[in-house]
Amino acid sequence: MKIGVLLKQVPSTDTQVKIADPSAGISTADVKWTINPYDEFAIEEALRLKEAGKATEVLLLTVGNKDVEQRLRDALAMGADRAMRLDDPGFVGSDPLGVARILAAAAKAEGVQLVLGGKQAADDDNGQVPIMVAELLGWAHVGVVTKLEIAGETFKAWRASGGGAQDVVEGALPAVITADKGLNEPRYASLKNIMMAKKKAIEVKGMADLGLSAGQVGAAAALVKESGWSLPPQRPAGRILQGDNAARVKELVAVLRDEAKVI
Amino acid sequence: MGNGFLVVAEHDGGHFKKTAYELLAKAVELAAGAPVSAVVIGGDGAGDLGAHGATKVFTVNGPAFGHYSPEAWVAALQAAITASGAAVVLAPASLQNKDAFPRLSARIGAGYATEVTELSAAGGGVVARRPQYAGKAFSTVQIQSPVALFTVRPNSFPAKPATGGSAEVVALAVDAGAALTRVVASEAPSGDVVDLTEADRIVSGGRSVKSKEGFDTLIRPLAAALGATAGASRAAVDAGFCPHSEQVGQTGKVVNPTLYIAVGISGAIQHLAGMRTSKVIVSINKDAEAPIFGVSTYGIVGDMFEICPLLTDELKAALR
Ligand SMILES: Cc1cc2nc3c(=O)[nH]c(=O)nc-3n(C[C@H](O)[C@H](O)[C@H](O)COP(=O)(O)OP(=O)(O)OC[C@H]3O[C@@H](n4cnc5c(N)ncnc54)[C@H](O)[C@@H]3O)c2cc1C
Repeated sequence: MKIGVLLKQVPSTDTQVKIADPSAGISTADVKWTINPYDEFAIEEALRLKEAGKATEVLLLTVGNKDVEQRLRDALAMGADRAMRLDDPGFVGSDPLGVARILAAAAKAEGVQLVLGGKQAADDDNGQVPIMVAELLGWAHVGVVTKLEIAGETFKAWRASGGGAQDVVEGALPAVITADKGLNEPRYASLKNIMMAKKKAIEVKGMADLGLSAGQVGAAAALVKESGWSLPPQRPAGRILQGDNAARVKELVAVLRDEAKVI
Repeated sequence: MGNGFLVVAEHDGGHFKKTAYELLAKAVELAAGAPVSAVVIGGDGAGDLGAHGATKVFTVNGPAFGHYSPEAWVAALQAAITASGAAVVLAPASLQNKDAFPRLSARIGAGYATEVTELSAAGGGVVARRPQYAGKAFSTVQIQSPVALFTVRPNSFPAKPATGGSAEVVALAVDAGAALTRVVASEAPSGDVVDLTEADRIVSGGRSVKSKEGFDTLIRPLAAALGATAGASRAAVDAGFCPHSEQVGQTGKVVNPTLYIAVGISGAIQHLAGMRTSKVIVSINKDAEAPIFGVSTYGIVGDMFEICPLLTDELKAALR
């Protein structure tokens, strides 16, 4: 069984977001890039399945230009077998559905049986693409998974169902699974693998390779348009309560009740 | 081109969730006279949805709709969109809707925006604002397909009081299609608490509670006294003081309560990302320089081990 892991490069979560051009999104000048944290769980799970003899190959799939290659190398250094970058001038400006069409086409062309991805990306927080891939391929999906078992052609996945509850879900491959924190503890790359990853070729595929057309992907096909970027509204300055503990606790309850009116 | 709004009304055990009323209030405001309908999956009747602005309530029932599955939910939502002819679909950003809507979007070719926090009328349609980068930035989203799909963060809009209206109930016969997955077991959480993402009040503890016992004797009783849901920083979760389902932040839950009390939490950027939209933030921290005070409405600089028990007692007395 071949596993396709969907990978996205995102700003590291400690990034201080700045906006220079409100029509263009955040400024990327001082950004430190990482693999989306949820995708790391997906990569780790794929590697464990291969080590357990349940998968034959771990293929990384990402949509992006040359700037994202280092993230593929980071994931190759964790132990993935192959990396593929999906890049074409016609892909630029795709919305989540467009990105999903690109990834679904690549997964299909590669004969992938299991797609693993993160439950959401730490930049747009959309949580859409992997599930859209499942729909486009007509496959089962289970989202926000914290435990996964594969037995032959079937899977069993534990998904959050709200308020700390979990559903245990069964189905048959091919399928898409999205990873939540808790699925596993991602490994660090070994020095040997880092050296090997530097030498590995990264395959690049475009529109024609994937049999996609301009009406399906890119800015012209995008149904979702974003603009008007801004920082969150500043919170008004708060108040530090004074006095001894008993007095401050009394005052806090009083202001929550009478001033803020929240209790 | 469709017309009007469809609200996904979630319920549990016979009661509609607060989000149903929040979304109906917003839909009525934006619809400006266009029809507002609601869909109820796996539950009977319209309840008081009519009194909150729905003129039609579509119900979808049957064995496939008793417990969430993406295939059944997508089929039900698609049927309700067709039957209502709605141009805008509003659903609470629950785990279930966030699981079903991407499939729905791909199936019907409708643009979808996740976890929006504002909606306004513009040029005959609707535009949304939504947080990105875990709330460190906001953008405006416009959807260009005939049907626009939105999941909306709970507590984004106030509900309105009921009026005398009533709704026509239309039972839809929906074929759930071939199930691709099957729920074989459901593991219930311990206790009967409101999910963090929907909670109106949250009390969170950090690394400084020192132990699971510290969390259970300081944070949980304070939360209970307030009728609040307990939350935690990642440091507290990673140390094993409480489960990951209680983590607030960029890699935990993004919450939007009316009242958020942070106890012994420093206010790292990833934690702030999960809670900075809370309406009132209270922090208790012994370090006057802790970044959490920068977003707090009220702060107490002091030792949580002394303050928490006092505050718990004071709240119990005040709320009795
Ligand atoms: C990729 C990534 C994702 C992350 N995601 C999250 C996330 O989702 N959520 C999250 O919370 N963090 C997240 N973090 C971690 C984050 O950076 C912080 O490490 C974490 O939030 C710190 O938790 P804390 O405030 O409990 O602990 P600390 O930062 O150690 O703060 C403890 C605080 O307690 C105070 N204190 C100590 N003793 C007392 C006392 N007796 N009385 C009163 N105050 C006291 C101290 O003054 C201090 O301010 C993430 C980090 C990374 C790298």
